[in-house]
Amino acid sequence: MSGAEASRHLPLEDMHEAAGARFGAFAGWHMPITYPAGVMKEHLHVREKAGLFDISHMQLIAVEGPESAAMLSRASPIDAEGLPAGQSKYTFLLNERAGIIDDLIITRLGGDRFMVVANAGNAARDKTEFESVAADFNCSVTALERVFLALQGPAAESALKDAGLDFGRLVFMTGMEPQPGWFISRSGYTGEDGFEIALPSEEARPLAEKLLADERVMWIGLAARDSLRLEAGLCLHGNDIDESTDPASAALLWAIPKHVREAAKFRGAEVFSSILQKGADEKRVGLKPEGRQPVRAGAPIVDADGKPAGRVTSGGFGPSVNHPVAMGYVPKSLAEPGTRLFAEVRGNRLPIDVHPLPFTPHRYRKG
Amino acid sequence: MAKTYFTEDHEWLRVENGIATVGITDYAQEQLGDLVFVDLPEAGKAVSKGDAVAVVESVKAASDVYAPVDGEVTERNQELSSDPSLVNSSAESNGWLWKMKLSDESQLDGLMDEAAYKAKLA
Repeated sequence: MSGAEASRHLPLEDMHEAAGARFGAFAGWHMPITYPAGVMKEHLHVREKAGLFDISHMQLIAVEGPESAAMLSRASPIDAEGLPAGQSKYTFLLNERAGIIDDLIITRLGGDRFMVVANAGNAARDKTEFESVAADFNCSVTALERVFLALQGPAAESALKDAGLDFGRLVFMTGMEPQPGWFISRSGYTGEDGFEIALPSEEARPLAEKLLADERVMWIGLAARDSLRLEAGLCLHGNDIDESTDPASAALLWAIPKHVREAAKFRGAEVFSSILQKGADEKRVGLKPEGRQPVRAGAPIVDADGKPAGRVTSGGFGPSVNHPVAMGYVPKSLAEPGTRLFAEVRGNRLPIDVHPLPFTPHRYRKG
Repeated sequence: MAKTYFTEDHEWLRVENGIATVGITDYAQEQLGDLVFVDLPEAGKAVSKGDAVAVVESVKAASDVYAPVDGEVTERNQELSSDPSLVNSSAESNGWLWKMKLSDESQLDGLMDEAAYKAKLA
């Protein structure tokens, strides 16, 4: 998804420059990849204290109107009508073949008002998809321009409180609009407790400054965001899930409640139900390379006899677990944790074992 | 008297008595970030200028390191297998990657000296 030409710039780019960030292109954005501390220290800092991420590249889409819930239940495999106000739900945009166009978090803000958080690389596509479904419903779809900050780590709640924002009442996967133009949810992409806060840029700047003045808080770049989410077993769309994978093979069935599957109102429901009936051929699993050598996305996997047995879709080093970590797809018969497989890296076959996900336990504040 | 040369690919070679010690520059390690694994060529391997003979892996990505000249690998830095971060902390001395016997010393003429390399970075 990362384009060579980064054209879009973060509203707070000057703050990242002042912090000494090293920038790179991601999904068409000029993004901070690391800061002077480096990816290893940044990663560990988030697990120990609190890290501040600028995720303004992600797209917020507001859906409102009397039929907004019905529209979302058509566009996504979600029971939007039954979603309580303040509740967030991890879900997808699926195509007719149940392929994953994007993964999303949808929060019901109030009766007929929802907030969708979409990936940067798919933002334009998602908006078009929602608009096309919305043509049959009485509701509006609006892409919002916001600064979007994530504060992640065990000290997140306390650091936010000390910055004047007490959101201890929010539990994991709930969200709200505390004031006009703001959206805050208790969620994240690190496996740690934390918050995601969208707000107008003129208000974001003083908030970021206040948070960074707290000795527990530092900027964290995209490189550590990736190693954190990989240790936490969370998918990166474009790597671990895409339109050629469906929620069943991606081991994300938990995100689609049984009654939503049975009601089959969402796009792709028919194909999805037939996939469920015959069972997915392959499954997304965690993979732990033996030894110290990382195995990267794209590496083919073979079984003990050298027969093709899947592929690695994300791979790198896990600073908290202190060994290489990876995710990938393997045939269902080889998906049991402990199964010994081999990844082909530069002409060598490296032993790699199916490993339970996540690699690091989630520490969400479930209330 | 050892002399140090630099390549366009941000590698350095220190040549003494026909043997070159090869590593990546401090600039290169800074670009790569925290290294977690280094894959080095075995002693005895014959290499040609431009061959990808080693790989340095950061948390996020793997990068090739090229043979800067023709020759034969004589030794690799064993310390890096247990502590690859030595390349980050000491890229241009203790974090050397491998040593090689040069087969054509005239190839050194095409490389930069420290002043030229520094000028290129500036």
